[in-house]
Amino acid sequence: MTGTILIENARIIDPASGLDHRGAVLIEDGRIADISKGGPVGVPEGAEVIDAAGHILSPGLIDMRVFTGEPGKEYRETLATAGKAAAAGGVTSFVMMPDTTPTVDDSALVDFLIRRAKATSLVNVLPAAAITRGLNGSELTEVGLLKEAGAVCLSDGRHSIQSTAMLRTAFSYAANYDMTIVHHLADHGLIGDGVMNEGLFATILGLKGIPAEAETIPLARDLQLALLTGVRYHAAQISTAHSVELIAAAKKRSKRISAGISINNLALNENDIGRYRTFFKLSTPLRSEDERQAVIEGLRNGTIDTIHSDHDPQDTEVKRQPFAEASDGAIGLETLLAAALRLVHSGDVDLRTVLKAMTSRPAEILGLESGRLQNGAPADLILFDPEYPWQVTANQILSRSRNTSFEGARLAGKVMRTIVGGKTVYTHIEETTL
Amino acid sequence: MAKSTPRNASGTTAGSSSDFPPFNQRHLLSIADLKQHEIIDLLDRAELMVPISRQERKIHPTLTGKTQINLFFESSTRTQGSFEIAGKRLGALVMNMAVKSSSVSKGETLIDTAATLNAMRPDVIVVRHSAAGAVELLSQKVGCSVINAGDGAHEHPTQALLDALTIRRRKGRISGLTVAICGDIANSRVVRSNLLLLGALNVRTRVIAPRNLLPAGIEHLATEVFTDMRKGLEGADVVMMLRLQHERANGKMIPSVREYYHFYGLDAEKLAYAKPDAIVMHPGPMNRGVEIDPAIADGVQSVINEQVEMGVAVRMAVLDALLPAGDNR
Repeated sequence: MTGTILIENARIIDPASGLDHRGAVLIEDGRIADISKGGPVGVPEGAEVIDAAGHILSPGLIDMRVFTGEPGKEYRETLATAGKAAAAGGVTSFVMMPDTTPTVDDSALVDFLIRRAKATSLVNVLPAAAITRGLNGSELTEVGLLKEAGAVCLSDGRHSIQSTAMLRTAFSYAANYDMTIVHHLADHGLIGDGVMNEGLFATILGLKGIPAEAETIPLARDLQLALLTGVRYHAAQISTAHSVELIAAAKKRSKRISAGISINNLALNENDIGRYRTFFKLSTPLRSEDERQAVIEGLRNGTIDTIHSDHDPQDTEVKRQPFAEASDGAIGLETLLAAALRLVHSGDVDLRTVLKAMTSRPAEILGLESGRLQNGAPADLILFDPEYPWQVTANQILSRSRNTSFEGARLAGKVMRTIVGGKTVYTHIEETTL
Repeated sequence: MAKSTPRNASGTTAGSSSDFPPFNQRHLLSIADLKQHEIIDLLDRAELMVPISRQERKIHPTLTGKTQINLFFESSTRTQGSFEIAGKRLGALVMNMAVKSSSVSKGETLIDTAATLNAMRPDVIVVRHSAAGAVELLSQKVGCSVINAGDGAHEHPTQALLDALTIRRRKGRISGLTVAICGDIANSRVVRSNLLLLGALNVRTRVIAPRNLLPAGIEHLATEVFTDMRKGLEGADVVMMLRLQHERANGKMIPSVREYYHFYGLDAEKLAYAKPDAIVMHPGPMNRGVEIDPAIADGVQSVINEQVEMGVAVRMAVLDALLPAGDNR
């Protein structure tokens, strides 16, 4: 199936170049061989022809923040189940966070993961290696060896390094190997026992709050250290208006600074917690509507570079708990595109900006050759219908865990076909009624 | 309170649920769930329960044959005892379950315990838990009525009801009064329930505390917010003091008991700022000399013991309202 494929009758969108026209894409040996405008075009001898039916053809999504359960917690998610969920969601590559058991802090493990993913996952798995050993926040990993083994960036996952001195050392050492640092922002002291955004709503629920400053204070520190060391720095996920201001100011001084955001912080706010719904308990808490509007503006004006799912599978045992005692996290691979399209349908952000944040921008930050439509690039592509209406139901979820914060949500926009390296790994099957 | 003295099968002179329209709630999880008329309805029902506890034979057996389980994940002599007596005076079979909440698997214990207890077919479970929302979570896993006896810093609805009943009996009304609540506002479930209940009854509510014991957004829940206790007490009809957990006065939140008492302890000098006929309340257990001068706690303006008495009446009323006689659940 990785021979010659012609996808015709598509609306071709390449966010990187701004290309948006009707046409066809030719795939040869897993790579893009030709992009033509209009149609119909001649069909090469022996080519498989796919009729896109006017749907959008774009680069496959690159999700910069995905947690799996493999190795160590396979009952939550394996690379295989995450791969299926990703394929159904139009995610053709995802960065796997190192928070596994054991931690991805050793080159042998990076090597194992890459082999294991090739053997079992439908999509590309890009391991992030830990910044510190065992995510302990105090001892450097072998950055150079990890890079050679294939790690795409450095991250302590959902852990946030607290020591300013350690961060300086890590940033400086990462810069030495030109490895991007992706750092989660959390001031443990300020968070304390906090479990949701600080404010009236937390007070009404009787829950301890997490102030915005628990994110902005470490962000301000990180940005200064990034400028000091020259490292390529990516703020893992921001959620507040002040964070957007800090990033915008730092970007004026360096091109090596970028910021990501979880789709949850773009599509949801603290009120979605309702009465202690633990699927909305997230390590970067859902913020107020004012903050959400501010981060949407940050995405619109390019201050925020990337959108990711923050896919974090958790089983019912750790979620079916009183809110403060429940684990953080929600799955999101399968709903990433549709949830992001909400911003487009609401008129908040245009389609190109949203797609760019999930394709070419992550590719640029990670130094990948995918994420754009150009001759010679890997044929990691998706066909999607941006208007297709569907409802998220628990029993349709392909991920092994079902902790979705979009359960029951009515979404518009669905992936019709996902192609990884020229091979179709997912095809939408229309539900038929008997 | 203008209700006629009703008759009932037991021949006592107290009221019964048959005098009231059906109470359309299955659980009592929070004051936030109650409409104004439901709050007044519960207070009226409680009013009629007061005489029962003052009779020689303190029995009003509307819950005969019903099973009540008191499930306390946090120990509480006062509230648990009050619920136990309330159930027993209504003729219910009352079982107390003290559950030690282990730090490793609190929630697991909660859900598992809920399933186990549910299989014993109780009619009502009274729950106290250290985590906000835990009682509501448990209510979703059982087939009987659930009463929240305090969940974390969220709510303690029967406390607010008994406070309101005490105020109404002393002042003859609730609406239009000024109620000042002073102490650890940030961590108090009593405050949240009281602000919701008093707010629903058009009370002018004030909270008084040092800034770091005031939670975010409190200005939207109380009519006025004060950090100066004297100003906060000025002209108040009711002064409600809250317990300060000793562990908060260790320099982490509050420097010392001495400083706290100096600025936020209720003594005669500060109480003089309130109305001369102001009543002094405390949900208990009290820290004498920490938040309140012993002379005030035991003084003429104190209604603290009356609150305890009203607690039994309110809990009887709530049990009676949630479990109407003849209901075959």
